[in-house]
Amino acid sequence: MSEILIKNACVIDPLRGINAETMDIAIRDGRVVEEVSGAAEVIDAHGALTLPGGIDSHTHICGTKVNFGRYMSPEDMRAGRTPRRGPMHATSGYSVPTTYGNSYRYSAMGYTTLLEGAMAPLEARHTHEEFTYTPLQDTMANALFDGNWGIMEAIRDGDTKRVAAIIGWTLSAVKGFAVKLTNPGGTEAWQWGKNVSCIRDPVPYFEVTPAEIIRTVVEANELLHLPHSVHLHCNNLGTPGNYTCTLGSLGLIPDLNPKRQTLYATHVQFHAYGGSGWKDFCSKSEPIANFVNMRPQIVIDMGQVMFGRTTTMTADGPMEFNLHRLHHDKWSNHDVELETGSGIIPVVYRRKNLVNSVMWAIGLELALLTKSPWQCLLTTDNPNGAPFVRYPEIIALLMSKKYRDAEFATVHPDTSARAPLPAIERELDWYEIAVMTRAGQAKALGIQDLGKGYLGPGAEADVAVYPIHIDEVDPSTDYRKVIEAFGRTEYTIKRGRVVSRRGECLVDGSNATFWVKPKISDNYDMGKDPDFIEKFDRYYTVRMRNYPVQEEYVNRSRCIETEAEI
Amino acid sequence: MIVKDVVCPFCGCLCDDIEVDVAENRVVAVTNACELGTKKLMGEKRMKNPILRDGDTWKDITYDEAIRYTVDMLTHAERPLLYGWSGTHGEAQCVGVHMAELVRGVIDNTSSVCHGPSILAIQEVGHPGCTLGVVKNRADLVIYWGANPIDAHPRHLSRYTRYADGFFLENAFRDRKVIVMDVRKTETANIADEFVQIKPGGDYAVLSALRAIVRGKEDIVPRTVAGVTREQLIRVVDLCKAAKFGAVYFGLGLTMTRGKYKNVRNAIELVSELNRHTKFTISAMRGHYNVYGSNEVNTWMTGYPFGIDFSRGIAFYNPGETTAVDILARKECDAALIVGSDPAAHFPRSCLKHLADIPVVQLDPYPNATTAFCNVQIPVAVTGIDAEGTAYRMDGVPIRTRKVLSTSYPSDEEVLSRIYREMQEAQAV
Repeated sequence: MSEILIKNACVIDPLRGINAETMDIAIRDGRVVEEVSGAAEVIDAHGALTLPGGIDSHTHICGTKVNFGRYMSPEDMRAGRTPRRGPMHATSGYSVPTTYGNSYRYSAMGYTTLLEGAMAPLEARHTHEEFTYTPLQDTMANALFDGNWGIMEAIRDGDTKRVAAIIGWTLSAVKGFAVKLTNPGGTEAWQWGKNVSCIRDPVPYFEVTPAEIIRTVVEANELLHLPHSVHLHCNNLGTPGNYTCTLGSLGLIPDLNPKRQTLYATHVQFHAYGGSGWKDFCSKSEPIANFVNMRPQIVIDMGQVMFGRTTTMTADGPMEFNLHRLHHDKWSNHDVELETGSGIIPVVYRRKNLVNSVMWAIGLELALLTKSPWQCLLTTDNPNGAPFVRYPEIIALLMSKKYRDAEFATVHPDTSARAPLPAIERELDWYEIAVMTRAGQAKALGIQDLGKGYLGPGAEADVAVYPIHIDEVDPSTDYRKVIEAFGRTEYTIKRGRVVSRRGECLVDGSNATFWVKPKISDNYDMGKDPDFIEKFDRYYTVRMRNYPVQEEYVNRSRCIETEAEI
Repeated sequence: MIVKDVVCPFCGCLCDDIEVDVAENRVVAVTNACELGTKKLMGEKRMKNPILRDGDTWKDITYDEAIRYTVDMLTHAERPLLYGWSGTHGEAQCVGVHMAELVRGVIDNTSSVCHGPSILAIQEVGHPGCTLGVVKNRADLVIYWGANPIDAHPRHLSRYTRYADGFFLENAFRDRKVIVMDVRKTETANIADEFVQIKPGGDYAVLSALRAIVRGKEDIVPRTVAGVTREQLIRVVDLCKAAKFGAVYFGLGLTMTRGKYKNVRNAIELVSELNRHTKFTISAMRGHYNVYGSNEVNTWMTGYPFGIDFSRGIAFYNPGETTAVDILARKECDAALIVGSDPAAHFPRSCLKHLADIPVVQLDPYPNATTAFCNVQIPVAVTGIDAEGTAYRMDGVPIRTRKVLSTSYPSDEEVLSRIYREMQEAQAV
């Protein structure tokens, strides 16, 4: 039995409505409990800011394309090398660090749960293998269904239950956590070198539209009672004027679940662009945020861009090829049979560049204009907008108008005519930051019932103690202190063990993988469906029996069983 | 007993539709596999136990003794080399990386002598590729460049290209064109619709000419390029542009001939160029069944696919300096652990001379040419026959190999994990 007592913690715990109360947190065997014995190890927080462990609901840290991002970029690997030290293995990389690099750096920032945003089902085994080597965080992965042939055929036949059945079978088989749609239909079109421009274009051959895919998959997701909603990367990413497409996509979503949102729209910064071309490119954060403010069924994440070098990687293959033609740097692409695809290119976001400056502004605007922090979560779509190590700066930018103005003075001078950021006075407070980085993330992912995102009795003991006293620091002026504090915890506690102290990892992790298994009736069991089996045998290059990810690959398996309505 | 859907542990195709007939714990028949795969699955004469060189002869030793020898060798070496890894499963490769890190050694895999140049090219210009099933279902044009799958990857043509019907190609043999580019008329060239014979060393020039033609600059192309007529080059480009989906597969005939990684870079850039006209992909024909897996494992654990030097504590990578052949040729390393490969059959003579002078431990199920150079050989289970484990297909699709026999041989992972644990204990003291 291991016990820890964190004394004198200044706790912000939004899921329990606790805002900066000084209290003790008792931990026994990995869970928060009411009280512990006198033998407990005592950690005196001395009034330091104490939050539930950070959760990243959209990051790219493990799997085929992430690893290819490393593989093709020795220059990035040279940028972040650390030697083996104590229990810490050597790390490499800045924008796409090695698995250990990701794990240690996230842990130093107080993050304890990570969701890999995109996993091709056929290659899921790879993602799980890398999860094993990401020891200090619990992990889960969205499985990609954007170009899934079986699903598109079922949609064409108007059979929503079959869509749900295919999703359910696949998620269980590949040990996925949630449904991801990346440029729905566009990734299939890209396997012919084409794309869809928005939600009404038919997908070649399959003759379904992205709108039909989005709407049907959203309905199917609820039939399966999955913890998380559909996780959507809208069509037409990164093009001027795409905000209308984004609004059209968000407008498709009914309010189907009283517990959480029905749609999680990801990296909305990349989808909030106005103008008819790069010359009149401008921010359309306002209409998007206004729309979200009126729709409780939608949660978005920022996809904040920060200036500097990074690597972009997404299942949106056609978008990456277009970006490659713009940047003329190296380009990788990887189409996956019957399912999806991906692309990778390195980029540098520059302050001198007007488009990049406007992009930087849009992310912040979305967070500041969305009234409820529960509806706009803090991400960079790591590493697409920026590597996650930039989160502390983003927190400070959201908390300080002064810092934003100082930064704004350094970006392209025409930005003020294209983006409303300078006119926004709002400064987020500590509580709102706690929502955007943990409580809201847990709620959106539907994992608060599993003990994530709060610090009450029964919660998983994932805790971050930051070296900052919020009654002594005014974030609107002392933003440097905010950046420093969020960059390195005093203690990061993962499932009741101190895993990181002032940036140094102390132990090997004991990470778990969360995945879902909807219980589906025999009638809809795709493992017994003759048509599904025949298609699988004829068109996949892996036998159906060799496709599912075996239990051996899932570290401390945490299977979430749901009662499906089919 | 017939075991179905067995994964073949021979080449990078990783065919997973093999049927193996097992009787009295022996493989007695194999269906679906090619000749190479069948031979491997049927098995060869296995070593019974670890052996230690004893003057001019060998003496039998126990696994405990062999492991102790390896631990001593690696912990006392100043610059150990851990080489091979392509013929073993991913779990063992992971332990190998941890071992290399612990003893500040160099870990390298066989790609430094096969597709290492392809990786260098990818690191410069990227890699527009796809899984094999995308090609099977869509490609109406396939180009083999410096590759001879009929001999090296016998089922590549029937599972994925020439004879593989797909979703959009109901009769692949009729609807799909195959072009072979090579210096000699191979068996594969005999079944191609178009064979382009390039003079040895001329790949780079031919690729450049094709790129020029794709860009509409055919006027500047000479009448013949490396023995290929301009008319034929134009015909090839026309076929490429007319294809709805084209796929290039290249082999060591491109990576290990004059120009090396620059050839591959040029080929990737040709494909990139063709994507402005139609859809095109390019992929390497990987040899060992899990050579791509060792690149993947090394990359997620160290940041680099091969040739990783931990002597500075950090992962350092500089192919040409930190790759096995170079380290042996410079007589740098003072001990070598060889896993799942046979360097003695492939390395230059000067490297083998040094290998003969230093202590070498080999983990391999079978005796091979490297056995002659090693001090200890530890027989292990064969992944895919009597051990399970992860392997990555040539297109990056990971598959779990199946175990069809029960033997008492430990797997590579088991042996390496014991060595690693004992090395950690030795270091802690």
